Amino acid sequence: MSGHPSTYEPKYAATKWLDTRLPIVRMGADFMTFPSPRNLNYWYTFGGILALCLVSQIITGIILAMHYVPHVDFAFDSVQRIRRDVPFGWLLQPMHAVGASMFFLAVYVHMFRGLYYGSYKAPREVLWIIGCLIYLVMMATGFLGYTLPWGQMSFWGATVITGFFGAVPVVGESLQQWLLGGYAVDNATLNRFFALHYLLPFVIAGLVALHVWALHHVGQNNPIGITTKTKQDTLSFHPYYTIKDGFAVVVFLLIFAFFIFYQPDALGHADNYIQADALKTPPHIVPEWYFLPFYAILRAVPDKLLGIVLMLGAIIVLFVLPWLDTSKVRSMRFRPVAKWFFWIFLFFCFILGWCGAETPDNIAIPFGTDASGQVRGLNFTWLSRIATVYYFAYFVLILPILGLVETPKDRPDSITKAVLGDINHTAIVPAE
Amino acid sequence: MTFNAKLIFVTVALVITTFSGVVGHAAGDNNTGDYEMEHKHWHFNGAFGTYDKASAQRGYQVYREVCSSCHQLKHLSFRHLGDQGAPFYDERYPNPNDNPLVKNFAADWSIESIDGETGDIFERPGVPADKFPAIYPNDAAARASNGGGLPPDLSVIVSARNGGADYIYNLLLAYDAEIPKDIVMGPGLSYNPVMDGGAIAMVAPLSDDIVEYADGTPATVEQMAADVTEFLAWSSDPKMEQRKSAGLMTMLYLTILAILLWFSYKRVWKDVEH
Repeated sequence: MSGHPSTYEPKYAATKWLDTRLPIVRMGADFMTFPSPRNLNYWYTFGGILALCLVSQIITGIILAMHYVPHVDFAFDSVQRIRRDVPFGWLLQPMHAVGASMFFLAVYVHMFRGLYYGSYKAPREVLWIIGCLIYLVMMATGFLGYTLPWGQMSFWGATVITGFFGAVPVVGESLQQWLLGGYAVDNATLNRFFALHYLLPFVIAGLVALHVWALHHVGQNNPIGITTKTKQDTLSFHPYYTIKDGFAVVVFLLIFAFFIFYQPDALGHADNYIQADALKTPPHIVPEWYFLPFYAILRAVPDKLLGIVLMLGAIIVLFVLPWLDTSKVRSMRFRPVAKWFFWIFLFFCFILGWCGAETPDNIAIPFGTDASGQVRGLNFTWLSRIATVYYFAYFVLILPILGLVETPKDRPDSITKAVLGDINHTAIVPAE
Repeated sequence: MTFNAKLIFVTVALVITTFSGVVGHAAGDNNTGDYEMEHKHWHFNGAFGTYDKASAQRGYQVYREVCSSCHQLKHLSFRHLGDQGAPFYDERYPNPNDNPLVKNFAADWSIESIDGETGDIFERPGVPADKFPAIYPNDAAARASNGGGLPPDLSVIVSARNGGADYIYNLLLAYDAEIPKDIVMGPGLSYNPVMDGGAIAMVAPLSDDIVEYADGTPATVEQMAADVTEFLAWSSDPKMEQRKSAGLMTMLYLTILAILLWFSYKRVWKDVEH
């Protein structure tokens, strides 16, 4: 699986026997000794954190599924029963619900890290695309899962999102009915959403296996973006990165635990504690925080279909990013101009999130008051338009043009030189 | 390296607080006009907060004698009242079904049952394993008795409202507020600035001394509102005390583990330039 020569030597007759038939122990051993760049920083620990998130979501999810009832009359009550009567249900349910938020938090850090250090560039295009696919399936899984508690936000969120499909020209209405299993979000919808919510995490697990395979084939990128050249550029994955990842994972778990135990509802909506009611629309239908930037892009344009196209485009553009960014320099550390555009991009992603949470007509940035005393200023619609324009411009204009006109800084010849400066290589303690 | 580590975790924390701030702000938009909600210091606030059991016990009395004429506690069984962390928990009765107070409370309600022999429906006194019964046979009957308004289930009401316990407490007290001149109340509606839109179908439920507390606490409207809110807060989140104490142990464990891993990391990387 990995591209480095195997150092595994089976010691016992049984392991020798197995190694010639299915070298699975060898695969594990090679995984642990995989040569990783010696300069990986903490931003590179989020891959491990994400693996843990996936495992945690699958385990808590399977146990919750044993107690959950996917029926419009019982779903809401069964979640309450889990929280009140199922042994440790009070822990498992928030672990799963908060876990979704933590999963997205980690995936966003992981993706922005990839954007900053140019981890999508050759030869890692396929690695990056598989990652984008994982993110896409994660979004679907998160959305489906949020429907299951059958609260008001679940129901109306599902109604709004499935409504997007109705905007597809010609086949939209039939497509929407096919997805819902009827004319509106109802029991058939809840049942299929539950089935798919149970299925997709295993699809993610499969994609993660491909992601890790691709990673081990091309090797990790690193903060300076210089390809590893010699053995001295690398360290064995274990113990160097197992211990570093382990520390980062535990710090991440501290944040995770804080939310589970002390703020289990902080990332959700009060309205979702009201059972779904098809006759009563909540005053503000707002998606979970991790979808807010895309929700803002959707609402930035007055036309429904165009909004959906832009929202999907915001994700699809990530898939073609390796061919949009024309610069051969991976890391933003050596791209003095692009670096600033990156930070502005990050800033506008937060702005989009803010816009997604607010009512479009409200004033975001007040300039003063008009003659009648009304506050004037930039409203959220216009703020989200500005941010949306920047979002797309970053990918389709700024990165393609900058790659051609920007003069990158001088880059070190190798990771070893970057770490130690120009000294004799033999002075370095070899990493074994 | 230390600086880098700090930077990362501060950033992660900032990202979380920013987003929760954004969400919280959106959710906090209550359209209550100029009414200033009182932010009460609840006994259950904070990382170590617990429910004020005496207050929650009085709150149950208020629920039973006042609220329960219209509002159900759908997700509660009588036995829940005697669970660990619940208002009537008694360590002599680890099984709440044996708790005499809980038995009495259950017996105070009449539960519809089916005779196994004849199939006839009959009423019997409740037992701790029973759920709190529905107040009305169906939603239509509930609306018919309440001028078209549907009295919401109260078992998760504190979680189901932006502002939580403060919202419920203020709602119960805000009936005194003066009606703005531009608002015309429909028939059967009361003005309540805490309610979204200002109109509520529930008439002011509390008045001084509407209940008589066994412990001699004066039954003022404020006192009853605070007590019933304490009870409903427990009802919405009955495992809060277990969760917080497990949380403390978890955070301690993780902190120690993080420290150990940090030093292990330093040791493993001691001779490695990176």
